[in-house]
Amino acid sequence: MMAFLEIGLGHYLALAAVVFTIGVFGIFLNRKNVIIILMSIELMLLAVNINLIAFSAYLHDLVGQIFALFVLTVAAGEAAIGLAIIVVYFRNRGTIAVEDINLMKG
Amino acid sequence: MILQGLTFYAFAAIAVAAAVMVVSARNPVHSVLFLIVTFFTTAGLFVLIGAEFLAMVLVVVYVGAVAVLFMFVVMMLDINFVEMREGFLQYMPIGVLVGIILLVELLMVLGTASMSPAVMASGTEPIPDLTQRQNTAALGDVLYTKYIYLFQTAGMILLVAMIGAIVLTLRQRPGVRKQNIATQLARRREDAVELKKVQPGQGV
Repeated sequence: MMAFLEIGLGHYLALAAVVFTIGVFGIFLNRKNVIIILMSIELMLLAVNINLIAFSAYLHDLVGQIFALFVLTVAAGEAAIGLAIIVVYFRNRGTIAVEDINLMKG
Repeated sequence: MILQGLTFYAFAAIAVAAAVMVVSARNPVHSVLFLIVTFFTTAGLFVLIGAEFLAMVLVVVYVGAVAVLFMFVVMMLDINFVEMREGFLQYMPIGVLVGIILLVELLMVLGTASMSPAVMASGTEPIPDLTQRQNTAALGDVLYTKYIYLFQTAGMILLVAMIGAIVLTLRQRPGVRKQNIATQLARRREDAVELKKVQPGQGV
């Protein structure tokens, strides 16, 4: 009866799948706002980390956690560079709407 | 075991609800705050599964640095966020469609996949017993020996990101008076003070 309270690998993977989907959904939903799109990317990276750590714990292998640490590092760098680009773009063009970012379109 | 299950469900529900609010909140400041809630609850889940060090790193790096950076940028840029919301409902159907397809596919893969026992037993770095060796120490044992080059590379990536962010946002504005200490210190009395012999009743 209490079988659903037994937390297994599948539970964590399902949670990660849901969070990842919300991240993809956020990119579609906020087509104009780059900042929310960056936040959606952070959500997707978080889902990846949940996956890595769940596998690490249930396979009794530390390497997954180490890989999650590297994903975290790259995500932090990506957020810093992305936000810096947004700030510079806003300073030069006065907007960050995605459809206005078409300078390199032929 | 029951408590663990209930905790997982509570934290997972909060994390998912907060993640939904991140992408659907009207105000980007609220989005950032809900992002912080998501990171916190996920850190709780990491503690639940035994990855204590990563839980703390998640709180320190994401909540302490990345979320604050987001908040900083959201508040610094003078953007009309109401205008940004236009087209929100226009993209809703396609977004929902893609999201549902993706979720169903992921859950289908999850439902049919199974782990072979051989894989379960063949970890290259087995996790030591938490009562014998802490998670942080065990992680350090592996990270600073076997993965030292990757660790150094991660540090290099952070350095490049830091320098890149500074280089991108640095600007020299013309017409701003700044203190030039070298010029100040190089000033001599002869350059600054001139003595003139003034005849009485004539002025300079």
